[in-house]
Amino acid sequence: MSDLSKLTIAEARDALRKGDTSSVELTEACLAAIDGADVLGAFVHKTPEIALDRARAADARIKSGDAPAMCGIPIGIKDLFCTEGVASQAASKILEGFRPQYESTVSGRLKDAGAVMLGKLNMDEFAMGSSNETSVYGNAVNPWRADDSTEALTPGGSSGGSASAVAADLCLAATGTDTGGSIRQPAAFTGIVGLKPTYGRCSRWGIVAFASSLDQAGPMTKTVRDAAIMGQAMMGHDPKDSTSADRAVPDFEAMLTGDIRGKVIGIPTEYRMDGMPPEIAALWERGAEMLQDAGAELRQISLPHTKYALPAYYVIAPAEASSNLARYDGVRFGYRAKLEQGDGITEMYEKTRADGFGAEVKRRVMVGTYVLSAGFYDAYYNRARKVRALIKRDFDVVFAEGVDAILTPATPSAAFQLGQEFDDPVQMYLNDVFTVTVNLAGLPGISVPAGLDAKGLPLGLQLIGRPWEEGDLLNTAYAMETAAGFVAKPEKWW
Amino acid sequence: MSIDTATAAKVAKLARIKVEDDDLPALAQEFNAILGFIEQLNELDVDDVAPMTSVEPMRLKRREDVVTDGNQPDKVLANAPDAREGFFAVPKVVE
Repeated sequence: MSDLSKLTIAEARDALRKGDTSSVELTEACLAAIDGADVLGAFVHKTPEIALDRARAADARIKSGDAPAMCGIPIGIKDLFCTEGVASQAASKILEGFRPQYESTVSGRLKDAGAVMLGKLNMDEFAMGSSNETSVYGNAVNPWRADDSTEALTPGGSSGGSASAVAADLCLAATGTDTGGSIRQPAAFTGIVGLKPTYGRCSRWGIVAFASSLDQAGPMTKTVRDAAIMGQAMMGHDPKDSTSADRAVPDFEAMLTGDIRGKVIGIPTEYRMDGMPPEIAALWERGAEMLQDAGAELRQISLPHTKYALPAYYVIAPAEASSNLARYDGVRFGYRAKLEQGDGITEMYEKTRADGFGAEVKRRVMVGTYVLSAGFYDAYYNRARKVRALIKRDFDVVFAEGVDAILTPATPSAAFQLGQEFDDPVQMYLNDVFTVTVNLAGLPGISVPAGLDAKGLPLGLQLIGRPWEEGDLLNTAYAMETAAGFVAKPEKWW
Repeated sequence: MSIDTATAAKVAKLARIKVEDDDLPALAQEFNAILGFIEQLNELDVDDVAPMTSVEPMRLKRREDVVTDGNQPDKVLANAPDAREGFFAVPKVVE
């Protein structure tokens, strides 16, 4: 029975409907897997009672014939989502003890669809990081290890706990959020599928904000089909988020035909970076061949402003973060620093924020404060927003010329070791070099596992789609997944 | 652009984050690394480009100007580090 947690959403859904298993059985299998995997650091707040309650309710619902696809499916929720009555602290000390009195729209939609929450998942503090090492809980660990090595590897970030949990079969799927690549990079590092929908597809209400114009929630799953199923349950208009799009969400799963004949796949010249590891270049080429073999037409395209995406991101994201994180001041929720006799309100703010935020969060808040400060606003923030417009225009042009999707590597390397010291923070930022353009342009992007490197670690390819056409994007990803035939799993050592 | 420790101290103050004097030089150096990276944006001519405000040129949705919820002071105060008599409590603000 312990294999139940290895099921995909689609397999579990079909088994539940046929009565071959129950949600309680599935949930118990996942809870046992979670308890045996503490060393991975993936689940940081376990909620077994809630899980079993919801599983029983789901079983009753399935019996009564009312069974949406996610009904009875055990999933993990990233700690960035507010979940009613359950600790939600964005992996930060400053939200220690915070139990939201409300449910985020996305986790609420999944709950309403009958999904079973197993607990909260580790992440980088406030989603700031690419290695899950800025978490107050300690880092999550990648279930994958290089051949003949016991070295601990990063599951990527910021949705590192989500990626680790799905890859290690602790849950059937998990929610993630993606501001600069935080779903796609960890998905690639752990050999799973990660979808970042078009900006505005998923409500941001109740998700702890990092950079509001970039943040977007999405599913992290074992297969493309599962991303279609879970993504559909997460998306949709929400009046509580004024940036959420009032558009119908199609039946993504029904669009998975695998037929991509005649589709035009763009291969952007600018993504062939100097010093790209030959393995990554070879994988990229193989991905292109697979799509061509499936009947798609390849076209070299140019996205000339690609090189400016990371610098623009590191103005815009910290600027928005400095504004969003101003609310953490020790007054309304979370942590408040101990005060000395005579300390006033300014000391309370300064000490609370100094103790409560980790180093990377402080650094970004202060960079954001600097680029928004009087005299620098135009030179940095406004300039970055103009560059952002140019980056978006690059994509608009190629889509207008008939490109249906764009193929790129997902990450510049396979998962790296935990505990690596980077001389300057910019080194870590380079991890997001292939993913960040997609957030700046608000486009949908998906990372699909496509092969193993020489050390036996998973590598992913990224497909970027037209805005609002997640269905078409998922179908192209499905064709690539089928062609790649990636079935490797990490060997269990935990 | 080079950030000195005085500027780092000023930014920390504006951000309401206490930074010890000893830590300011390292902080200034990190700012310099990040801002040096950001400087690349100056290579582009963006004079005729309008700054991007949203992904799609769509107007923000507006809702009716009506009360949708309220009357839940207990919920609002539930997570406060210090709440008394229906209020958030903070150190003395005025002398």
